[in-house]
Amino acid sequence: MTTANTYTGTYELEFERPLLQLERQIAELESHSRDSEVDITADVRKLKQSHTAMLKKIYAKLGAWNTVKVARHPGRPQAIDHIRVMAKDFCELHGDRHYGDDPAMITGFARVGSHKCLIVAHNKGKDTRERIACHFGCAHPEGYRKALQKMKLAEKYGLPVVTLIDTPGAYPGIGAEERGQAQAIAANMFEMSRLRVPIVSVVIGEGGSGGALGIAVADRVAMMQYAWYSVISPEGCAAILWKTGEAAEKAAEALKLTAADNMKLSTVDEAIPEPLGGAHRDPDAAIANVEKWISQSLRELKRFKVDNLVNKRFERFRRIGSYEEK
Amino acid sequence: MTQTPGRSWQDITDAGKRGDVPEGLWMRCPRCEAMVYRKNVEQNLHVCPECDHHYRIGADVRARQLCDPESFEPQWSGMAPVDALGFVDAKPYKQRLVEEREKCGQPDAVVCGKGFIKGRGVVLACMDPQFMMGSMGSVVGEKVTRSIELAMDTDRPLVVVSCSGGARMQESTLSLMQMAKTAATLAKLDQVGGLFISVLSDPTTGGVSASFAMLGDVILAEPKALIGFAGPRVIANTVRQELPDGFQRSEHLLEKGFIDRVVHRRDLRSEISRIIDYAGK
Ligand SMILES: [Zn+2]
Repeated sequence: MTTANTYTGTYELEFERPLLQLERQIAELESHSRDSEVDITADVRKLKQSHTAMLKKIYAKLGAWNTVKVARHPGRPQAIDHIRVMAKDFCELHGDRHYGDDPAMITGFARVGSHKCLIVAHNKGKDTRERIACHFGCAHPEGYRKALQKMKLAEKYGLPVVTLIDTPGAYPGIGAEERGQAQAIAANMFEMSRLRVPIVSVVIGEGGSGGALGIAVADRVAMMQYAWYSVISPEGCAAILWKTGEAAEKAAEALKLTAADNMKLSTVDEAIPEPLGGAHRDPDAAIANVEKWISQSLRELKRFKVDNLVNKRFERFRRIGSYEEK
Repeated sequence: MTQTPGRSWQDITDAGKRGDVPEGLWMRCPRCEAMVYRKNVEQNLHVCPECDHHYRIGADVRARQLCDPESFEPQWSGMAPVDALGFVDAKPYKQRLVEEREKCGQPDAVVCGKGFIKGRGVVLACMDPQFMMGSMGSVVGEKVTRSIELAMDTDRPLVVVSCSGGARMQESTLSLMQMAKTAATLAKLDQVGGLFISVLSDPTTGGVSASFAMLGDVILAEPKALIGFAGPRVIANTVRQELPDGFQRSEHLLEKGFIDRVVHRRDLRSEISRIIDYAGK
């Protein structure tokens, strides 16, 4: 039996270690109870209460670096899980019509709640083979072009666009450069800013730099509570500014990359709550929250006249920035 | 690209990073290593008289080189960056801003304004590699955006000379969003049929290449400029293999179809005018 907030995978987060002993005790008691007559319900309940209390305490003051670790947890629901749970009748569409079909970007028609829409999402891959094929969630230019080609299709048929962001960044490779990674990302932002259908984006895990923003120029942008969104990964920032990747923790704090920080900077509109102890402890509940936000946002956005919608989207990005002027 | 014999591609990239022309009457060219007379270099638009290496130049020098004499009028010169995040690495961002300002004599990494190029009115934005590697934070994003809007309002062609290591880390997502802001404003310029000539100089990478720099209606690049999304070192570490000769250089991008023309610095004025005569209003 699993409780709602006990992750049962094998991956450990260092800061969750104090919980492990309790989890082991609970498991032992429960297995013991199966072959004995002694009633241990009360003891188990007590242990579970302490477990929940400890979990609350740990997650209440989770730092930026630990948030990044939660965002990268292998048990965390990926875009493909979100699609499986929230999308009815997902009809995947492949290929960018220029070069290839990047598995690091998933696109397709779907129904989310009562909304017919187009989903565009980063894909990290579930097992080693998939992860390698997806370059661990780092899309190539053909991924960004595939996203754009499908978004144009959505525009043509009046379907709103839902994008799910989960990438450490766009892929830095020889082929990626030679096929115009920079141009592909720039073109997506350019076209998304004037796409004549509603667009909503959710950073569900990692929001790494231009690779994230390349599918996140939206009317509404949300982050899941323990996702991160930043101009560069903490490791990349540490390597450049501190000259050592080991300063990643400091960089994570400095970059103000959590959902709460991005809310303060007005770079995202909403933080979507996750179950206690992170989405990996109860993926379905986490995804339900995301679905609720998407449905609600689409319902609101569909009320706007298209010109008004596009103007508001432009204004949303136009006003971002912090400077002084004499 | 042809490599200087005996020097690795990495050496050349590193040499290029040293930036502006060093002090003194004579200077050693970082590419061909010849000792050249400084005045000759300056008169030659900061291009090596021996090997044609295009030195990195500041925004003021660039604007002066491109515009007709005395015709450049800077705009929004009073706009200055702020430390919205309270960012501290080796030193506080606040302190860095003060030092960079003293070093470069200007508040951030872009100079924008109106000017004339061979008698043709333009809105011109020039990035400055001397100010925090020409990185784009809120000020660069805002000034480039206003330049696009000014081009729309005044019906002038827009010319942006990019020179940047990318988005500025010290402003995090605020910097990142400048990519979307400039790209979205360029979409408006496009909608009204405006002309945007993007000129890429060494280096144009990261968040600048992945936003306005690559969105030119016509894209020109100076010879052998480093242009790309990711930096060469990051790529080399990722793919764990030797990068091909001339990889991410202007000539390579021309071959791959991502820029229109490679243009020598001495020809920029005439090439820009020529394009305006075809495509400008
Ligand atoms: Zn030389």
